[in-house]
Formats: sequence, structure tokens, C-alpha cells
Amino acid sequence: MPSNDRVVFVDGVRTPFGRAGEKGVYWQTRADDLAVKAMVGLLERNPNVPLAKIDEVAIAATTQQGDQGLTLGRTVALLAGLPQSVPGYAIDRMCAGAMTAVTATAGGIAFGAYDIVLAGGVEHMGRHPIGFNADPNPRFLAEKLVSSDALNMGATAERLHDRFPHLTKERTDAYAMRSQQKVAAAYAAGHIQGDLIPVANRTASGFGLVSVDEAPRPETTMEGLAALKTPFRAHGRVTAGNSSGLNDGATVALLASEKAAKELNLGIKMVMVSFAYAGVEPEVMGYGPVPATIKALDKAGLTIDDIGLFEVNEAFSVQVLAFLDYFGMADDDPRVNEYGGAIAFGHPLASSGVRLMIHLAHQFARHPEVRYGLTTMCIGLGQGGSVIWENPNYKGASN
Amino acid sequence: MTEYDTIDFADLLAVSGDEVVTHSLVRDVTLPSGKVLALVTLDNGIDHTRPNTLGPVSLLEFDTTLLGLAERAKHGEIAGVAVTGKPYILAAGADLSKVQDITTLEIARKLSQLGHRALGRLGELGVPSFVFVNGLALGGGLEIALNATYRTVDASAPALALPETFLGLVPGWGGAYLMPNLVGIENALKIIIENPLKNNRTMSAADALGFGVVDVMFDSVRFLEQSLAWADGVLSGSIKVKRPHEPSKAERLVKWDIAIKVARSMLEERLGTVAKAPHAALELMAAAKSGTKAEGFAREDEALAALISGDQFSASIYAFNLVQKRAKRPAGAPDKALARPVTKVGIIGAGLMARQFALLFVRRLRVPVMLTDINQERLDLALTYIHEQIASLHEKGRIGADEAKRLNALVSTTTNLSDFSDADWVIEAIFEELAAKQDVFADVEKYAPESAIFATNTSSLSVDAIGAKLAHPERLVGFHFFNPVAVMPLLEVVRATKTDDSALATAMETAKSLRKSAVITTDSPGFVVNRLLARLLGEAMHAIDNGTPLSVIDSGLKPFGLPMTPCELLELVGLKVGAHVLDTHYAAFPDRFYRSDNLHTLAEHGKLLARDKKGKVTGFDKEAEKIVSGGTTPITGEEFRLRVEDGLADEIHRMLDEKVVNGAEDIDLCMIMGAGWPFQMGGVTPYLDRVGASERAFGGTFHQPLIKGVA
Repeated sequence: MPSNDRVVFVDGVRTPFGRAGEKGVYWQTRADDLAVKAMVGLLERNPNVPLAKIDEVAIAATTQQGDQGLTLGRTVALLAGLPQSVPGYAIDRMCAGAMTAVTATAGGIAFGAYDIVLAGGVEHMGRHPIGFNADPNPRFLAEKLVSSDALNMGATAERLHDRFPHLTKERTDAYAMRSQQKVAAAYAAGHIQGDLIPVANRTASGFGLVSVDEAPRPETTMEGLAALKTPFRAHGRVTAGNSSGLNDGATVALLASEKAAKELNLGIKMVMVSFAYAGVEPEVMGYGPVPATIKALDKAGLTIDDIGLFEVNEAFSVQVLAFLDYFGMADDDPRVNEYGGAIAFGHPLASSGVRLMIHLAHQFARHPEVRYGLTTMCIGLGQGGSVIWENPNYKGASN
Repeated sequence: MTEYDTIDFADLLAVSGDEVVTHSLVRDVTLPSGKVLALVTLDNGIDHTRPNTLGPVSLLEFDTTLLGLAERAKHGEIAGVAVTGKPYILAAGADLSKVQDITTLEIARKLSQLGHRALGRLGELGVPSFVFVNGLALGGGLEIALNATYRTVDASAPALALPETFLGLVPGWGGAYLMPNLVGIENALKIIIENPLKNNRTMSAADALGFGVVDVMFDSVRFLEQSLAWADGVLSGSIKVKRPHEPSKAERLVKWDIAIKVARSMLEERLGTVAKAPHAALELMAAAKSGTKAEGFAREDEALAALISGDQFSASIYAFNLVQKRAKRPAGAPDKALARPVTKVGIIGAGLMARQFALLFVRRLRVPVMLTDINQERLDLALTYIHEQIASLHEKGRIGADEAKRLNALVSTTTNLSDFSDADWVIEAIFEELAAKQDVFADVEKYAPESAIFATNTSSLSVDAIGAKLAHPERLVGFHFFNPVAVMPLLEVVRATKTDDSALATAMETAKSLRKSAVITTDSPGFVVNRLLARLLGEAMHAIDNGTPLSVIDSGLKPFGLPMTPCELLELVGLKVGAHVLDTHYAAFPDRFYRSDNLHTLAEHGKLLARDKKGKVTGFDKEAEKIVSGGTTPITGEEFRLRVEDGLADEIHRMLDEKVVNGAEDIDLCMIMGAGWPFQMGGVTPYLDRVGASERAFGGTFHQPLIKGVA
């Protein structure tokens, strides 16, 4: 059964991301409906996909309760109108849920078990606040298996600052401001909108249409950032301004074996080269992308210099800077997060992995001189995940 | 032309103090092209259990909202306006509780005018208007859509309809004019005239698309998103909307009048000419062939005002509320907590009635159903019949293959009453003979558990008498179905003097599970429906025996607008059964009921009416006329009608005195659901009050205030 076929990323879409909470655009919208709308939107724009030939539907969520419970991959598939013969399951690896949905199903494609899959994630942090109803085993703290900071993501970011004192608050603020500016520029250039599936949302003032992300703050200034509180530690460095926010949103990607994609004329936006996950101390979870990327590069037989475009999830500025610092890259390296990142777009936990892929795929089309790209993210409780992709539009290195 | 803008609606608003207001919420939506569309959401702030309705305050808010949007359109701020509803519901139509409160013809007219003004604005915005029919759209709700330039529909919308004529109204907020001019006269007649007649049938979203009521249909998942994108396409010119059903010049010249004529004769055949609303709707649609929209709206104003202020609408709303509300919460029902669970049903008998019971119980209760009879051959035939019926339900797509197997497996037969040892509910369906029924229940009682409830389907015997040989008669209840069992919605549940609350509660819950509307009656001859029909038919036979021609009898009750004439009714229930029913009622109340030997002779002969090959009535059977000839004191049709009216008023008055049921409302409910008496009569008592029969019969009225029109 093992196949020699390559795994390709055919297409990916997402809902616009909203701000979590009562004032957010999706306060009255169900989490599963966000995933369903994204999935239907994706299938509508890929009419060549024979629905009955979809072999698996993997949908991730961190808090799998209520409207994010009940085996999302199956329920979302049924609600999206896929044939009953199409199976599905739910996935959780916290922030890397959608990324894991992609790599797990990619493994199935590579093995020859699947030809076509849908993989994505959803997180409605307004309805399901992070860690809500969690019941950590008391041994974690009693036996000092993890530091008490490990379960508070903001605290883990402060711990990264402690470990790397040269990554100053001024540098993280500057990085955050650039992220906001890059998102504004990407919107202005029209790089973002094409992959958004607008969502009609019910509000106290009637139905509306969400067609852009709610979270970006293009007006962000260094002065403004400097004035923000540091909620995770008195006189700390991590603020709401240099972190991703609490958000609602869903993403879905269509992956296939290269053979199926070609036979069905599905189009290929990216080819998967390798992936890897790796663990670090839970209290510095933001460092996870470093060992994960080292591992993924190793498996691909590549070095960091081979990577022409990076999509690094911006859970916190300091976590991106730690990654860049390790690989000797500048804070404002133009290859990194060309369209900005989660600090501006938002980070609906389990959905974000596919957002990175959507943006990398869009950049691949605009950068035929780039052969390889990387999507990477840190993961709560001390993990990192990295996927290396090849650009099918690659036309050889530019001069 | 009516100047709607200058009308003062203060007196109309005054009757609307406590209206549940459907608000018009507005948000701007930027479409993919960059154009801005104002999206109006109709939302009364309550969940789907209280649909959006349109009373005067709601209409005025909609009107004011659209006026503001027209102003914005003038300034180029918006390129279009769209209207949609709260989840699952666009709007369920006019707020009928408010319509009921209208006190004068003038105010009634204003309700129609306000609807025209508010909804009509969708055609006067200066920019195109859209209605995204996201769910239920009935009456005025659908008329909102008709008044817009374009319409989309959610494929999951449960029902779209113009049911006005069912309630004694016409689609008077533009529907009668706009519908035929949108979808053609034949489709419009189906929607406005035929569907309400067919037990108030509604359109699915796909039906509405097929008729051309809406321009396009989208799946529910992304209905609003796709509707907005489609609207953008229409506004930008990339989507051209085709309306193949829109009437052509040829249709107006030739087809229109013919279609109206055909519909009129169909209506007269089905309903006669008594019910005003469908005929008024027909006239409006006939006139919609030509002239302007403003003229059409003005005609609707007058027609609707006359109907709203008339007797038939008051009676119809009364009847509608009975069927919608009282039927669901039967008067006099004991606490349902007293009901015992029914997990196995025993049926005594294997005849036609027993088979129908078995089918109904197994389909609705999905519990083991066991038939018993002394004759195994009859049981085998019954089981074969039931299996055939289940197979036929499956073939028609009414039930799936697994369900068919499940139901088949649940039905069994036995000749051994000890198999009823675990039956919770035992119903008999044997012949109408007291001793036989007494004995069979006494027999069953030996085997059935002590908690089992016994039910009898008797129509003419005393339930108390049937239970005379029972050790525990308190467990026996009457459970009187109407034929055909699967179709007729009424069940008369008879509380005999010994019946206890637990048995009655179990009967009421079982009725509900069977999806029947139960009315509780005492153990009295004929209960409700048969007693009143016996009084009516007794008057008919009395007049016939005295020499009144059959044709006079059959035309005499035309002013009632009943679904069938007395002679047709006699043939439907069967002449033998009819003769028997008259006999038993005469035996019970010889002073005022009538029995007829002629009817027995007619029953021997077998028919009363002459019919053509298709079964259509062509006149009276010659031999039957001969049988009843010879009377010497004929009466006129009017005399006959008065005798029937007064007789019914007298009988109902007595029944209420005897507390046969809990009120006149229950009598009406029985006549509507058990005999098909029309809404426009309000069943029967509002009619008897308004024609003066109640005054004549007992010097009073059944209802205070009277259920009659204001003008």
C-alpha cells in the first residue's frame, strides 16, 4: 500500500478572523458553522473535486466541547453537504491543530490510504476561552513536571524574554508594529481577500457580512505599544500589542496526492516536502519552532538557507524573534511573514496552521524565484511544528 | 389613485397597543464589487417559536426604514436594498391578533393601505430591492418578497404560501395583483386559490422556484452570503434575471380569462358560492390582467377591508384559533403526568376498522401491536393487509426500508387472549352489539395486566354499559375515531361516569401520539358529531317523508356552505349506518329526533343519488325518488333550512346544559375536524348566533360578544 506519490496542497480558504467576545463579529455565530461555511466555500471554488472521492475530513479544535465537540470532522462534513460515505474525525494539538490535520492526512496520502482530503481547524475563543474547563493533573505541579508558568501562554512568552535578554521589549514592539503595517499593505495590495470566505453574521442590529479580518490595527504606533500594560507580569515585556489576540475563525485546506490532483485537474499550489514536530520545556513553549524546523530541514535534506519564504505564526513577537535569532536572521528579514502575521490577523488557535499555508501558497505564486517555503508555529505545553513546502511555480533562482 | 403617504393611521395604531413588534434592523453591507447594499433584517427579538408577524406598528417601522433608505439611495449612498428575516423565518404574515381587534370598516381599510404603503416602497426606492427569503414566508411575509424587484430563496425554507383565502381574507398587500403578473395566471391561481383549498398546502422553496415566485435558490449553508453575491451580480449587470413565467401579451389576451373561468367553476363545485374570500381573490386576479399596480392595490384595499370587517373572517379566525390552540390543549384534560406508558397495544377484532387501527397505532406509537380474533383465517388476512399497506407506504417513499421492516415486525396476531398479558392498551373494534362488547372486555380483563387501559370505538352504545361486566370499569374509556381513520383528525374521547383520570389521561396522551385532536365528551348518545348530524339528517328525512323533494332538501342548506349536501352526506356515511344512527338517537330522544322507515327501504335499495361513470353526482336516483314519494305536506327549502338551524341551536344548547363537552368551542372543533364544517361558519355556533337561530331556539346566543363582523 505505501505510495510513492507526493502530497500537494491544492487550495485553502478561511473565514475572516473575528475578535473573540461579545463585541466580536461572530459572537452569535456557531463555531461549527464557521468551519462549514469555509468548507463549502472551498468546495464551491474547486468544482472539479468529486465530493464522493474525498477520503477523509480532519478538523481541529482545541476546546472540543459544545459547538466544537461531537467529532468536528464528521459533523462539519455532514453539515457541509458532503456525501454520508465521506468519513471524518477531530484533531487537537492546541495551536497546531489545523497544521496537524494537514500533516496527519498528508501521512495518509503518502501511505496511499487517501487520494483527496480536507483538513482544517476552527476556534471560537469567544465561546470557548482558552483552557476553559481544563482540569490539569495535579502531578504537573506537585512533582514539578512543569513550571506554573507553563499553562499561561503570556507567562511563557515572558520566560522567553528572561532566557534571551537581548530580545528587548522595544524589539518585540517594533516587530509587532511592522506586522500590523504589513497586513495593511497586503490588504491594500489585495493579497488577502481572495482566500477569504465571507460570513453573514447575525448581530443585535441585524445581519451583516464579515468580509475582512476584524483584528488588525493598522494605526499602531511605537508610542501606543509602549503605553500598553504587561498583564502577565508586573513590569514585564509582553503586552496585548506584541501578542496575538483572542479570536474566532476557521480554515480549511484541500490536499491530494499529486496523481489525483493531476488526473482531476485540481491545480497545485504547493508540494509538501517534509514535516516535523518537536518538544521543548513547556514554560518556554514559544521556542518550539526552532527544534521542529531543525528536524524538518534535516528530514528534507535542506538547510535554512534553502528556505526562501517563511510563515511563522506570531503567537508572540518574542517567540518569532527567538526563532529568527537562532537562525541568524534579522528582525525585519523580508522573507518572513511578507503579509504580516497573527499579531495583526489574530490567532484562533487550532485554525491558524492552515492560514500560514494559505499565505505561503499565495506568496509562492508571486515568487517563482523561490523554491522552498516553511510554515512553522509554536504550540502550548512546549511544542513546535514545521512543514516545508516546495513551490510548483519555481522557475529557478533569480539573479 | 390612492395617496398612501397622506393617510393618517393613528386610529389603526390605536388598536395595536400591545403588538409584538417585528423590527426593521438595518446594516450596510459592502459587496465584493465595492457597492454598498443596505440589508434590512426583520426580527421581533424572540426565537423561532414566535415567528415575525406584521402588525400596524411593525409595518410603520418598515415603512419609515424604507423611507430613510430611499433618501440615502437618492444621495448615492447605497446601490440597493435587501430584506431578510431572523433565523428560519422571513415573516408569517399579518398579525392576526391585531386584525381581530379592528373595530370599523374604515380601520380595516387602513390596515390594507398601510401594508400597501410600506411594502409598496420596495418598488419606489430609486434603487433595486431584493428579498432574501431565508425561511417561512406566509401571507404578508411572502407579499414583502413580491413587492421587491428580485427574490432569492433558501432551499431549506419550510413553507411559502398565500393562505389568506383559507382564513377568509385575500392577499391584499399586493399579492393578488403582483403574483399573477409575476408567475402567470395559472400558477397564481394554484398558489392563491387551489393550495388553500387543499388543506392549506404550502410551497417548498423548490416549488416556489419552479413557479417563478423567486428568481434563484441557494443552499442554506451559505444562503445569505450567496444571495448577497448574487445581488452584487445583478446590480453590476453581470447577472441577467430571466422570468419565463411572466405573462405574455398572448396570455393576457387569451389564457387569462379562460383560466379564471375554469377556476371559478372549480370553486363553485368545491365550495359553492357562500365562502366570500376565494371568490373575492378570484375577482382581484381577474382584474389584475390589465391596468396599473396602483389600481390593483386600490382594488385590494376595498376587497380586504370588506372581508376583514365581515362575518366570515371573524368566524374563520375563531375557527383557526380553535384548530391551532384549543385542539392542542384540550379542555378538561387531566394532568398528563397521570397517563400510563403505552408500550404494547392489543386490538380486538380483525375487520376493516381493526386493521386501520393496527396500522395507525404501529406507525405512530412504534410499539408492538397485536390483533386478536377467534378466527385465525381472518387474522391472517388482516396481517397480509397491514403488510401490504406498509409496503405501499414504503413504495410511496413515505417510510424507509428499515422503518418498513421495523413496523412489519411490530405487528402480530393471536387467537389466545393470554398473549395480552403485557398489553398496556387494549382497543376493541368489533361490531356494534352491547353484549358482545361487554363479554369481550370481561374476557380480556382475565388476562390483561391490572394497569391496562381499555378503549372502545363505539359510536352508538353507552361506554358505561359496555363496561358493566368489568371488575374495574374505571379503566374503560371511549375512543371514537372518524372514517377514514388515517385521514380524519378528530377523536372523541369519552369519559364515562366510571372512567378515572388515569385512563382519561392515557387516552389523551395516546390521541396526541396518534397525532389526532381529541375532544373530551361525556358518555351520551352520539357524543357530538353523530348527534348533530343525526339531528340534521332527521330533519332532512322528516321533510322528505312529508313529501319535500330531494332537490329541495339538497339546495336548502346551500347558505351554510357545507362541503356536501344532506343526500351526499347520507351516502357517504352509508344509508344503513345512517338509518341505524337515526334509530338510536330516536330511541334516546324520541321527542326531538326522527327515525324513518323510508331510510331503511332506501338502505335496502342501496342508493340515493344518480352518478355518472366517474362517480360525479348527476341528480337523484329514480327508484330512490319513488321510494320516498307520497308525502303530502312538503316544505320549502327555506323552511327546511330554518328547521335545521333551529334544531341544531336547540340540540347544542341542550348539550351544553348537559355538559356533554366543555363549551361551545368544543362543539365547533368537533364539527370542523370531524365533519369538515367550514371555517367561515366558525364550525357551527358562530353561524347559528349570527343568523338568529340561537335567539329563536333558546332566546340567547352561544357567544358573548357575538362572533361577527364589525360592518
